[in-house]
Amino acid sequence: MVSILHCRLDRVAFFCPRDTNQMSRNSSEVPFVKNQTAVFLMIVISVLAVACGGDNDRELVIMTHDSFDISEKLIAQFEAENDVTVVLQPVGDAGAALVRAILEKGNPSADLLYGIDNTSLALALDEGIFEEYRPSLMDQVPARFVLDTSGHVTSIDYGFVNLNYDIAYLIEHGLTPPVTLEELTGADWKGRLVVEDPASSSPGLAFLIATVSYFGEDDGYDYLDFWRDLRANKVLVKDGWTAAYYTAFSQYGGDRPLVVSYATSPAAEFLYAAAPVDMPPTGNILIDRASFLQIEGIGVLKGTNNKEVARKFIDFALGTSFQEDFPEKMFVYPVNSNARIPDSFRFADVPSLPADISAAEIGEKREQWIRDWTRVVLR
Amino acid sequence: MDQGGPALTKNRLLVIGPLAFLSTFLLYPLGVILVRSFGSEGVLLDPFIAVLADSYYLGRIWFTVWQAAASTVLTLVIGLPVAYLFARHDFPGKTVLKALTTLPFIMPTIVVAMGFIALLGPEGLVNMALSGLFGADGPYVRVTNTLTIIFMAHAFYNYAIVVRIVSAFWSNLTPTFSESATMLGAGRVRVFTQITLPLLMPSLLSSAALVFVFSFTSFGVVLILGGPRLATLEVSIYELTLRLFQLDIAGALAVVQLAFTSAFLVVYTRLQARGAVPITFVPADVGARKTRNLRDRMVATAIAVGLLVLLSPLLALIEQAMSSSEGYSFAHFRGLFSNESGSYFHLSPLMVAWNSIRFALLSMAIALAVGTTASYVIVQRRASSHVVDALFMAPLGVSAVTLGFAFLMAFNRWPIDLRGSWLILVIAHALVAYPFVIRSVLPVLRGMPPHLRESAALLGATPVQIFIYVEIPILARALLVGATFAFAVSMGEFGASLLLVRPEFTTIPVAIFRLLGQPGESNFGQALAMSTLLMAVVTVGFVIIERFRYRNVGGF
Repeated sequence: MVSILHCRLDRVAFFCPRDTNQMSRNSSEVPFVKNQTAVFLMIVISVLAVACGGDNDRELVIMTHDSFDISEKLIAQFEAENDVTVVLQPVGDAGAALVRAILEKGNPSADLLYGIDNTSLALALDEGIFEEYRPSLMDQVPARFVLDTSGHVTSIDYGFVNLNYDIAYLIEHGLTPPVTLEELTGADWKGRLVVEDPASSSPGLAFLIATVSYFGEDDGYDYLDFWRDLRANKVLVKDGWTAAYYTAFSQYGGDRPLVVSYATSPAAEFLYAAAPVDMPPTGNILIDRASFLQIEGIGVLKGTNNKEVARKFIDFALGTSFQEDFPEKMFVYPVNSNARIPDSFRFADVPSLPADISAAEIGEKREQWIRDWTRVVLR
Repeated sequence: MDQGGPALTKNRLLVIGPLAFLSTFLLYPLGVILVRSFGSEGVLLDPFIAVLADSYYLGRIWFTVWQAAASTVLTLVIGLPVAYLFARHDFPGKTVLKALTTLPFIMPTIVVAMGFIALLGPEGLVNMALSGLFGADGPYVRVTNTLTIIFMAHAFYNYAIVVRIVSAFWSNLTPTFSESATMLGAGRVRVFTQITLPLLMPSLLSSAALVFVFSFTSFGVVLILGGPRLATLEVSIYELTLRLFQLDIAGALAVVQLAFTSAFLVVYTRLQARGAVPITFVPADVGARKTRNLRDRMVATAIAVGLLVLLSPLLALIEQAMSSSEGYSFAHFRGLFSNESGSYFHLSPLMVAWNSIRFALLSMAIALAVGTTASYVIVQRRASSHVVDALFMAPLGVSAVTLGFAFLMAFNRWPIDLRGSWLILVIAHALVAYPFVIRSVLPVLRGMPPHLRESAALLGATPVQIFIYVEIPILARALLVGATFAFAVSMGEFGASLLLVRPEFTTIPVAIFRLLGQPGESNFGQALAMSTLLMAVVTVGFVIIERFRYRNVGGF
């Protein structure tokens, strides 16, 4: 027992040599058997004292959602050019990152927040968590990809949420992909669609918004009627994208050939095939006004001590080398029109007419839509 | 009777340690987050009224309570025979099988769901075998989103708690009573219901309490396996916080959840404090026997086979991790090591495993220290022991989402600045882990016969000497169980990446979630390979903990 405890304390020193060497040496001379309370207090004290972190002006912390990805060498390049250490800090999904930034308002633990999109922009602006910044490179971003006209959040990438299908399954069952959303309520697609819960998943929310745009909210057959019919047609609801895609989609052992995913998912299937393939095993279903354009952006958090470097990072993220690096990692499109689109994106079709609903309207009605959807589909 | 308590109870200072830990790392951050959630006007009743007047939330509360109760009963029914197997039988491979039984407890829910699909899905092993035997129209097994799935999944996740805690207690019980009863002509059933079961009661209650609280605050199982139609309070808190951004309602629900679990724990700790009787403990090898007759052997084999069936979803995962288009290979495992795209976030799986291991060992050390001292404090406070006990169990009743944000809010400024430190993660794990140490140590501590300590004291032993030479040998098995679960809680990473302050601290479950965040067969395969790695690391860890010996005391 004694040796175990010492071993742990040595490991504390191993974790964080600079601060704790002295302490672990002292504590290892306190025999565990003499006074358990003393040892316990030592642990508590060392735990409290060993905050290796601490403020560092030369550290630029960027809070992101878990799906963010970028090349190490680009980060190294930015670090060298600006004499700063960059820490990319994934903190969960986009919702978690935003909630954390809101809770930390005034005393942010990061300098920048990446991952604000058109479903969360209104809230972020309401809460006033961002500094204003309008980078000059924004002139290379087409107007339809400008997320925030108030100049607080800078667009970095965009993608589309839409239906994917399992090509082999449809061929085997003699089915052709639907060309309208109404078809999904018919006998052909009974028990064959899996969607994500908009209350817990961002593609789920995006698809719900697309159906609002497609069917409208008033007079005649509205989006809730559609969802009521989908429910009667045995639509399966999963809590998130991962569960829908990897446990319900027929491509991965489930029994549903249609899934709400991204327009880039077939390109990812192509690139991440276990053995090289000519064609991805899945395809996009592109129905006008039934896909959702999701634009993601980055902003400087109010209260940062690194405003200048943070702004430089936004400029860097809008530059072509950064913009050409992330598409095959995050499977999203670059907003900078000068950035080349990777070859594999030939399987990532671009919907010609995505849903047309503004970030402001989403901010205003999101909660009501989710509540109504939950009432109709889940209860 | 004052001499009756464990020797260290004399030390009144003992209470400072665990209480300081609890106040600093639970009460303080909870206070911070609730004040922040309810806004600057202070804690108002509005959000509580909003919650308690809404029939939807009342429905969630009711559902949460009864599904937890039903899950607990099912878990006990499944766990008890397995506990019997490990307590009363010796057979080759026992240690490894015991380690395997605890695996479900640490597996990420999404991975278990994938295991069920690999086994029972339309193209899973079972249905493929069935259609091979009976043709395409033959019998067909279907996993659907039903309530039954939730109960089964909770039992699958938590039966290890019953197995570990009860079998540790059981194997140290002297067989004298049941042997005498048998001699006097009692049948097997009668011996079990009238002798063994009452003697086991403290450990049964202990494990049932943990299972109930775990099912009560269940999140992933309900969300992923149950489907969104069946939401517990924890699921509602998660959605309100991260999707609807209604922190005040989420905070109110978190308080309601904590109130329910606390009330339950007070009732339970009261029951348990009353039910404790001094027991003669014996080393495990006295009670455990080599399977003697045919009947014994058949019973043991049946239970062991049932156990393997229970574990089959995990085995199906391993099968899938190794399979590729050209038969079985290690391609996905190799893929984990390469970083073709040069990603900033890529870490070698060895580094990831090392992160998990070191965080788990450190959480385990803290949990053992806090849990053991807290147990002594609980035994010491005779009058209020059940309230103190319930208080120390509070970390299990707190919403994981709330606690995660609470940590981030509370420890990002003076006096405790843990920004960017891995300690925030370790402390959070230790906080959820130490109640396991209490629950396994306490029944033994309470049943410990006073005469042993008294004799030692009479012979001039100091309280510390008594602790080392008398109490630890008796507590050893319970401490190992506590250590096992503390290790498991941390390896299983309840709460995922929220507290993962730096990408270089990535742990195995977080790496799995990351791989499953993107489409593509190699991501899928590598996630399964990573899950296999998690199972391997944890199994080895469990076996090492199990083999640990203290001062040559035989039999654990």
